[in-house]
Amino acid sequence: MSTAIAPRHAAASAEPHAYFAGLGTLLRLGLRRERWGLAIWIGAISLTVAASFPTLAALYPDAASRQAIAGGIAATPAFSVITGPVESTTLGGLTAWRYGVLGGVAVALMALLVVIRRTRAEEESGRAELIASGAVGRIAPLAAALALAGAASCVIGILAALGGLAAGEPVSGSVLLGASLAGPGLVLAAVAGIAAQLVESSRAATGLAGGALAVMFALRAVGDTISGAGFVSWLSPLGWGQKLGAYGADRWPVLVLFAAATACGTWAAVRLCLRRDVGLGWWPARPGPAAGRRLGSPLALAWRQQRGTLAGWSIGFLVLGAMSGGMATDTEKLLAGNAKIIEIMRDLGGAGALTDVLLATMGTIGGLLAAAYGIAAMDRVSSEEATGRAEPVLATAVSRQRYIGAHLTFALAGSAWLLLLAGGVAGLTYAASGGGRAAFGDGLASLAVQYPAAAVLIAVSVALIGAAPRWTALAWAALGAALLLGQLGPLLQLPRAVMDVSPYTHIPQLPAAEVTWMPLATLAALAAALIAIGVAGFRRRDLRLR
Amino acid sequence: MTTESNPVIGMTDVVKTFGAVRALDGLDLSVRPGEVHGFLGPNGAGKSTAIRVLLGLLRADSGTATVLGGDPWHDAVALHRRLAYVPGDVSLWPNLTGGEAIDLIGALRGGLDAARRNTLLERFELDPRKKGRTYSKGNRQKVAIIAALASDVELLILDEPTTGLDPLMEAVFQDCIRSERERGRTVLLSSHILSEVEALCDRVSIIRAGAVVETGTLTELRHLTRTSIEADLERPVTDLAGTPGVHDVVVIGSRVRFSVDSDQLSTAIGALAGRGLRSLTSSPPTLEELFLRHYAPAGGAIAAGARR
Repeated sequence: MSTAIAPRHAAASAEPHAYFAGLGTLLRLGLRRERWGLAIWIGAISLTVAASFPTLAALYPDAASRQAIAGGIAATPAFSVITGPVESTTLGGLTAWRYGVLGGVAVALMALLVVIRRTRAEEESGRAELIASGAVGRIAPLAAALALAGAASCVIGILAALGGLAAGEPVSGSVLLGASLAGPGLVLAAVAGIAAQLVESSRAATGLAGGALAVMFALRAVGDTISGAGFVSWLSPLGWGQKLGAYGADRWPVLVLFAAATACGTWAAVRLCLRRDVGLGWWPARPGPAAGRRLGSPLALAWRQQRGTLAGWSIGFLVLGAMSGGMATDTEKLLAGNAKIIEIMRDLGGAGALTDVLLATMGTIGGLLAAAYGIAAMDRVSSEEATGRAEPVLATAVSRQRYIGAHLTFALAGSAWLLLLAGGVAGLTYAASGGGRAAFGDGLASLAVQYPAAAVLIAVSVALIGAAPRWTALAWAALGAALLLGQLGPLLQLPRAVMDVSPYTHIPQLPAAEVTWMPLATLAALAAALIAIGVAGFRRRDLRLR
Repeated sequence: MTTESNPVIGMTDVVKTFGAVRALDGLDLSVRPGEVHGFLGPNGAGKSTAIRVLLGLLRADSGTATVLGGDPWHDAVALHRRLAYVPGDVSLWPNLTGGEAIDLIGALRGGLDAARRNTLLERFELDPRKKGRTYSKGNRQKVAIIAALASDVELLILDEPTTGLDPLMEAVFQDCIRSERERGRTVLLSSHILSEVEALCDRVSIIRAGAVVETGTLTELRHLTRTSIEADLERPVTDLAGTPGVHDVVVIGSRVRFSVDSDQLSTAIGALAGRGLRSLTSSPPTLEELFLRHYAPAGGAIAAGARR
C-alpha cells in the first residue's frame, strides 16, 4: 500500500501561495503611487456619467423628444460610429447610449495605463528588480497591478450605477450600466497585463494594449454601422457593453463574456509572467544602428523622440477630420429625409446652421486635442530634465534656448499640422459627399481657426517649464479647465467673465460665425508673450538635477 | 590658450544654496593647465554641485567661477565646445542605441573623431548597437566616457566616471587618461576610488561640507599628515611622548609604536637611534588615511590619523 504513494517533491518546491507573497504590501504601494491619478480618473468618469441623467432630463423632458432624438441618431451613421445605436429611449437608455461606449473606452484606458505603469514601467526603471529581490512572489506585482486596475474599474461602475439609482432609474438597468463601464476596464487590464509580458519597453506595451483597444472600438463601430455586420460587435468587449442593453433589454447573460474574457486574459498574462525573466520580454529587443550620423542637433533628437507620438496623433486627427466631415454630410441627409427632425431643427435655426454648429463643435474638440498634443510634447522637456538626460546634452555646445526651442518647434508646428490635417480631411470628406462648393473651406476653417487657442495653452506649459518648473502639471489643469468651461459653461449659464478665461471662448465659431481677426491676433500675442517668458526663464534658471 | 598664470578652472569663494541647504560654502578650486586634478570628498560634500556650476547648469549665488578663461554661466555654449563631461550617473535615451547616443553627444559638442570613437569602442568592449534601456550601469558609463574621450577638447570634467566599471575597464580608463595628459589636456577627476586618484592625479583637492579643506600634490598632502613608526629597541624608551611632533605612543616591552608629524620625522628617528635600534618599520600615510582624516567628523580626525 505504501508503495502506491507517489512522491510530491515537484509540487512542494513551488508552493502555489508563494506566487502571491507580498501581494498586500504591493497593493498598498500601488495605491499609494496611483492615488491621485486614480482619484481623478474615477471622479471624472463617474461624475460625467452620473451628471448625464439630470442633463439629459433637462434637454429631453418628455418621451416624444427622446423618440425624436433617437430617430435622428439611428439615421446618422457617424453618430453610430462613436456611440453605437440607442437601445432604449428612456432617460437611462439615452445615458447608456451616450456613455456606454465612450465611458467604457475611458475606463479601459485608465485600466491599461495603470497596469503598464505598475508592471512594465516599473521593470524598465529597475525598481521592479529591487522589489523582486524581496520576499515577493513571482506574479505578485502583476496580480497587484491587475487588482488595482480592476478595483478602480469596479468603483467607477458602482458610482455610475448609484448615479442611475439617484435619478430614480430601475435597479437592474443601473447595475448593467455600471457593468458596461467596469467590464471593458477589467478586460483591458488583463490585455495590458499580457502586453506588459511581451515587450521590454513600457511605451511599446502601452502601444500594444492601446492598439488592442482601438481594434475593439473599430470592430464595434463596424458592427453598429454596417448593416448585416452586426455580429462583429460581439467580437469586441466594447460591443458587449452595448449588448448588455442597460435600461432596455437588460441582457444579464452577456456579463459572462466579460467574466470569461477577463479570466482568460489574466490566466494568459500569469502564464507568460511565470515563464519569463524579470526585466526582459517575450520578444527580445533587436539591435539598432551602431552609429547615429543623422542625430546631430537638438532638433534631430527631438524629432527622434517625438515622431512616433506625432504619427499616432496624426492618425487620430485623420479619423477626427473624417468624422467631422462625415457627420456634417449626414446631418444634411438626415434633415432631408426626416420631416419631424426638420421641424425641430428649423426651430433651432435652420438646416445649414445645424451643419455649421456641428462643424464648429468638432473644431473645438480638435482645438482642445491639439493643445493636449502640444502640452504632451513640451512635457518631454520636463521629463528629460527629471531623468538626467538633459544634463549631458546641455553640457555640450547646446544653449538652453536651442534645447527648449527644439521641443517647442514640435509642440507648435505639430499642433498646427494636426489641425490642418484634420481640417483638410474634414473639408475633403464634406465636399466629396456633396457638401457643396464652400464645403472644403468650411471644414478646413472649422479646425484651423482653433490654432491660436491651442497655442495659448501650449505657451502656458512653456511658461511653466521656464518660470515654475515644479508646476508644469498646471498646464494640464488649464486644458481641463478650458474643456470644462466649454462643456459645462453654456449648460450652467456661467457669466461671460468666467467663460472668457478659456482661450477657446474667443475663437470665432467657424463656419457658423464670421471671421473676427482681433481675438485671434490677441490670442497669438498672448501665446508669444508666454513663450518669451518661458524661454527666458529656462535660460536663467538652474537646471533641475537628480 | 590658457597660460601658467591662468588656471583652466578657477573657483573663488563660490556659494550655492538650495533652499536652506548650503551645498557650496565658499569653495575655492584651482586647476592648472595640463594637470590631472583629483577632486575628492564624501557623498554630499558638494562635488557634483561644484561641477555643475562649472558647466553652467547651476548658477552660483556668489563668488566667481571661470572655466578656460570664460564665465561658465554666460559663455556656456562657447565653453562647452572646448570641454567634455561625463556625469556620475549616466541616463540614456531608452530607444537610442549606444552608438547613436555617442554620436549625438559628440555632434552636439561640435563633432568627434570617428577613428578614435571606434578605437575606444573596441578598447572598452562596448556593443554600440544595443538600445539605451538595455545597458548596465557600467555600459551606460562607457557610453559617456567614449563620447567624452573621442572628442577633441581642451578640458575633461569627469564626475566619478568609473563607478560601475570592472577592474579591467578601470585599467583601460586609467590608460586613456594618461594618454590624454600626454596630449596636454586638462582633467578634473572627481572620484571615490583612491587607487585611481593616486595613480592618475598630479594634484588633489579635498572637499568637505561645500568647501575645499586641502589642496596640493600628493607629496604635499602626505607631508601634512603623520607617518606610523613601529620599532624594536635595545633600551626601552621612557620620554618619547615629550618629543615634538610625536603622538599616540604605545610601548609593549621592547617594542614601541607611535605616529609622528611628517616634518618631525628625522627628530623622532634620531631619538630612537640613541636607544639601540634593532628593527624599524615606517608606513607613509596612505591616501586613505589622508582622506579619513578630513572626512571624519571634527572630533574623530586624530583617531583616524592615528590608525595603524
